[in-house]
Amino acid sequence: MASLALPLPGRRAFRPSGSWIIPPAVVLGVLFFYPLALILGESFAGGKGAATLLNYAGVLGSVQFGSALWHTVTIALVATAGCLALGLVLSLILAFIPFPGSRVLARVIDTFIALPTFLMALAFTFIYGTAGILNTSLMQALHLGLPPLDFLYSQWGVILAEVTVYTPFVMRPLLAAFSLVERAEIEIASSLGAGTFRIMRQIILPAAVPALLAGGSLCLLLTTNEFGIVLFIGAKGVVTLPLLIYTKAIQEFDYTGACVLAVINVCLSLSLYSLYRTTLSWFGGRSAGLV
Amino acid sequence: MLVWSRAGRTVAWAVLALLVGVIYALPAVIIILASITGQWNGVLPSHFTLQHYANALHGSSAAMLRASIVTGLLASGLALVNGSWAALALRNTRPLPRRVLDIVFFIPSAVPSVSVGLGLLVAFSRPPLLLNGTLAIVFVAHFVLVSAYSYGNVSAGLSRITPDYEQVAESLGARPWYRLRRVTLPLLLPYLIAAFSLSFALSMGELGATVMVYPPGWVTLPVGIFGITDRGAVFDGSALTVLLAVTALAVLIALSRIPIKAAQR
Repeated sequence: MASLALPLPGRRAFRPSGSWIIPPAVVLGVLFFYPLALILGESFAGGKGAATLLNYAGVLGSVQFGSALWHTVTIALVATAGCLALGLVLSLILAFIPFPGSRVLARVIDTFIALPTFLMALAFTFIYGTAGILNTSLMQALHLGLPPLDFLYSQWGVILAEVTVYTPFVMRPLLAAFSLVERAEIEIASSLGAGTFRIMRQIILPAAVPALLAGGSLCLLLTTNEFGIVLFIGAKGVVTLPLLIYTKAIQEFDYTGACVLAVINVCLSLSLYSLYRTTLSWFGGRSAGLV
Repeated sequence: MLVWSRAGRTVAWAVLALLVGVIYALPAVIIILASITGQWNGVLPSHFTLQHYANALHGSSAAMLRASIVTGLLASGLALVNGSWAALALRNTRPLPRRVLDIVFFIPSAVPSVSVGLGLLVAFSRPPLLLNGTLAIVFVAHFVLVSAYSYGNVSAGLSRITPDYEQVAESLGARPWYRLRRVTLPLLLPYLIAAFSLSFALSMGELGATVMVYPPGWVTLPVGIFGITDRGAVFDGSALTVLLAVTALAVLIALSRIPIKAAQR
């Protein structure tokens, strides 16, 4: 639409006035930034319209907040590490030990990005839940009276589901980076006597570092923000910041408390997002394909 | 080829098959199996039924499916218009404001969806804009959450298409509006389609913001599925989840198959 602002074709070809950006910017401003600003305002709201820091003191000092922050951070860190490890293994095999159908398989895994995250959480209850396939099989095989595995309803269940859901976000940039690695280089190294692990260490992994950093920082952001998986697994005691905000606002009607938590959560997410953008700009277009 | 020995390759493929099988294939198969389960007391279901799908297509479940599809189409359509407008307008902005605004348009994707929902509740439960309790607040929530993906896809497309065609059209005297309609947008079409279908899929699965703002009578599928499984009707919930995934994937696949003239030339 911007080209509409051109006075006449020709002279000022690609330099029209910048005013065409105003309508979409206003839309986003009213629908997104204005609500964010009100969250910030509400978080300082005291009685009779005065601003106060007491809300923050109350929230920051509470056990609930400490536990939610701890869970959010540990789940995000462990799940991201898991995504990086799994994504690296899957991408290495798909890219460097190809077989007929390996490209199709990579695309099928990629479509998991478009599926709702809670799908995995729901499926996991049928597999790893107390009445799930794994536990029932173990109970029958070992003649146990009680289900032996209970990890699904702890942070490990959330972490496992998040690793499954977010690994494709690591594989995208990794597979893109691996497709740029010169195959001849590997063959020459191999013919000169370098073993598989030496080739991986000296040729492949250096090429993968930017993609791992970009994919990893994106995973860190997405796992910090994850809500559906935590809600669906519904493990008692595993409450993350987004879930705590939901509980405060919808179940306890404590909007001020929810706003304080939201300010903290948004700040955390925005700093992770800036980490992601910084990583991307360090490595330029090499990690193309990420939103 | 990284591994030359036949045995080594077989081991690598076995590892891949095991990982992909356990991590991706098993959950997908199990959720489909659960959606047709009549009774499940042992290791595997003992009876199968299509009743859960019949339930899904009637009454409140059908209304949820409709609410999700309408919300997805509307929010993705509006986000596509807004995102394309922004991406096209930013192309002609000076470098510094352009870089700043680029980040601004991406920020909605970085903010947790629950906080987006909370913000809308706080902002639109008071004058001048009272939207709380209306359908509009759900549409706005979905629009905000998918807007960054629409913008991102279109601006990535703009950076990849060559400006040559536009410059030729311009030198031949094509007016800006004509050039936009007949040259730029057709070249962008694959990216517009990708933007729309990804937005639609994400909107169909959106839970965090919707659960904060939805009014009674406009329960989207993810919110409904949570309620249904929370009540213990896990097989009905699975059938609805399968329907949700199939709808999202069907739109993705159908749109990616549209023949694109510009790409074929």
